[in-house]
Amino acid sequence: MYEKEKDLVNAYMRGQMSRRSLLRSLSALGVTAASASVLVNAAATQALAADFDWKKHNGKSIKLLLNKHPYTDAMIANLDNFKQLTGMEVSYDIFPEDVYFDKVTAALSSGSSEYDAFMTGAYMTWTYGPAGWIVDHNEWINDTSKTNPNYNWSDMLEGVRKSCAWNGKPGGELGSADAKQWCIPWGYEQNNLAFNASMLEKAQASLPTNLDELIETAAKLQAGNDGVYGIGVRGSRSWATIHPGFLSAYANLGEHDLNVSDDGKLSAAMNTAGSKDFHAKWVKMIQESGAADWSTHTWYQVGTDLGAGKSAMIYDADILGYFMNGGDNAMAGQLAYAPFAASGNGAPTPNIWIWSLAMSKFSKDLDATWYFMQWASGPEHGLFGATKMDFVNPVRSSVWEDAGFRDRLANSYPGYVEMHDVSAPGASIKFTAQPLFFDLTTEWAATLQKMVANEVPVDEGLDQLATSVDRQLKEAGLG
Amino acid sequence: MANDTAVRVAPARFRIPSKLFPYLLSLPALLVCIGILIPFFTAVWFSLQRYRLSQPWNRGMNWGENYLNFLTDPSFWNTLQVSLVYAALTVGLELLLGLGIALLLQKRTRFNNFISIMLLLPLMTAPALAALMFKLMTNPNFGILSYFAQVLGFENMRWGSDPSTALLTVVLVDIWVYTPFIMILLLAGLRSLPTQPFEAAALDGVPRLQQFWRITLPMLLPYILTASLFRLLDSIQQFDIIYAMTQGGPGDRLMVFQVEAYLNFFQSTNVGRSAALLLILWAITFFLSNLFIKNWLRLRERARGEA
Repeated sequence: MYEKEKDLVNAYMRGQMSRRSLLRSLSALGVTAASASVLVNAAATQALAADFDWKKHNGKSIKLLLNKHPYTDAMIANLDNFKQLTGMEVSYDIFPEDVYFDKVTAALSSGSSEYDAFMTGAYMTWTYGPAGWIVDHNEWINDTSKTNPNYNWSDMLEGVRKSCAWNGKPGGELGSADAKQWCIPWGYEQNNLAFNASMLEKAQASLPTNLDELIETAAKLQAGNDGVYGIGVRGSRSWATIHPGFLSAYANLGEHDLNVSDDGKLSAAMNTAGSKDFHAKWVKMIQESGAADWSTHTWYQVGTDLGAGKSAMIYDADILGYFMNGGDNAMAGQLAYAPFAASGNGAPTPNIWIWSLAMSKFSKDLDATWYFMQWASGPEHGLFGATKMDFVNPVRSSVWEDAGFRDRLANSYPGYVEMHDVSAPGASIKFTAQPLFFDLTTEWAATLQKMVANEVPVDEGLDQLATSVDRQLKEAGLG
Repeated sequence: MANDTAVRVAPARFRIPSKLFPYLLSLPALLVCIGILIPFFTAVWFSLQRYRLSQPWNRGMNWGENYLNFLTDPSFWNTLQVSLVYAALTVGLELLLGLGIALLLQKRTRFNNFISIMLLLPLMTAPALAALMFKLMTNPNFGILSYFAQVLGFENMRWGSDPSTALLTVVLVDIWVYTPFIMILLLAGLRSLPTQPFEAAALDGVPRLQQFWRITLPMLLPYILTASLFRLLDSIQQFDIIYAMTQGGPGDRLMVFQVEAYLNFFQSTNVGRSAALLLILWAITFFLSNLFIKNWLRLRERARGEA
């Protein structure tokens, strides 16, 4: 590196200049943007090495189990820096999401030591944790001899960080003082509105501010745009149908999935009057303005229909709206974003999905694996992924505060930053943590399908669901 | 030189004792059996336990409780009903279609041989891929089958996403994939039938339809039974088409044994219930296979007796 460039990068690393100023100055010296990023990243790696013995596990190898995802792509794009920093080797297997979690369950339940760490969702740790397949990461986070001083755990968004921590007691509060940190947040998704701005304009509709308006707007969008359905939400017979927009709206209206009694017993809370009213409205919305094949829609169909211009709006993971606004999608550049609170009062409180990293209890070298974990979930890699790759949504406040990242989003994804900022304080997991999560939410989705298909009236369906949920909780010794 | 030409003593050859020889020959089969029996008995063992991976502290023997719970569990009876209906519909319709096509292609001509090979192509498609293909073809926005349905006056046909048409949709995929299997077996059977009875019937002026009912069908019955048995065993264990298409939905409309057991294990980590479900499926399969094999043997005996 030439002296002038070196001085600039060092000044940036010392915090004496902003990333934008650095890039502008490097550009003036004839350094291209791509080369500047490489320089900054390499300098960041050097800076990391200055404060911590990153070479402690030099020569060791770890293996990862990964899901095919833009977060994975971002990590792989930066992996050479980790190898250079630590002298460690990293190998990995990548599987598509359709089979990924089966692979994780098979690997962990068999006690295989093949994988040292893997990607997971926070909900999955409600199974993996009590089963004894993953570790409490607090042991490493709180050990200053194992964690670099710049890791800055408290930089993780509070709602996201706490959502990955559970004390293992059915119904136990997420992020409580006695909670175990079952996984380390990596990237996350809020559930808000993404809409086709031109379709909204064409239908002369305005952005909804509560559930009733959402239903009306969806109907208006459908009526005002030929061959387009009003709103995309998930509908497959899976727990994944419940957790996005559905639960975000449900929770925002003050409804709960389960009741937790003082003695820690759980019981169904889906058949209250408020819940029945919400379900009736949600069902009506899908029947009137949802996809014709809604009951087979996963996140994939919800996203691609918006990107292809087949739906006018989605109430789902915000990153679907992000990805559909670029690439070869027919509607690229036409999508916009808005936070949404179903109650119409106060700020949104979206339920969230968190792609996380967790260390397998069967790993042969947890300390070495932790070196990868802290690097991959650290602020430097977070910033690299967010600014150079598609590592959205980052889980660190510092990345969200980065001017370069905010400018990038503001330029290509209008309203995205604002949506995130408004929703982030209330964003967390709204489910009750308990080991029957997948059983009960899948049955909930199946019941919703029956209601939408008019196989069962809403009231009756929810009463049947509550009876079944209570029976299962009792059988499992939780109710 | 003399030393070099000394008599070479042949190295002592290891001889397998003749008593052990039969056992050694059957060793590969024994190993295969062990490979099947160990998982089978493990499943039996698990099915008698309260065993959920997410609640290791709760694990314990509950003996027949998993099975007894099925008696009062409506979802189990739904699973049993859906599995049996699915198997009966697919096997029945595939048999009819397969037999019809085989009869059309019975005569050995170049065209018929070419068509019979072409008709085998769906069988080369993985059922899960076929399901995804049909999922696209039945898409209400752009699917070609949706378009044809609309042309035929079926407005707003929702195929797999509508409870009233979901079963029909997956049966359609099954038929598309597996009819060629039945067709090729029956075609082989038809072409191998002796010609004399047909020639005699023709000389006597027996109408073609009567020839079919009185000669073709009875002589073809062993082939029909064999094809049905294979398809029935496969069909009652259906997983890939249904899972790829609807994951067992809408609601519980397509919740067959394998999908239910898969979700119980991989999603709910309920090992005990999943194992119990699969053992009931095994028992049904075992019963049906025995029924078919007994009938097949009876037919063979009858054929020998008549001969």
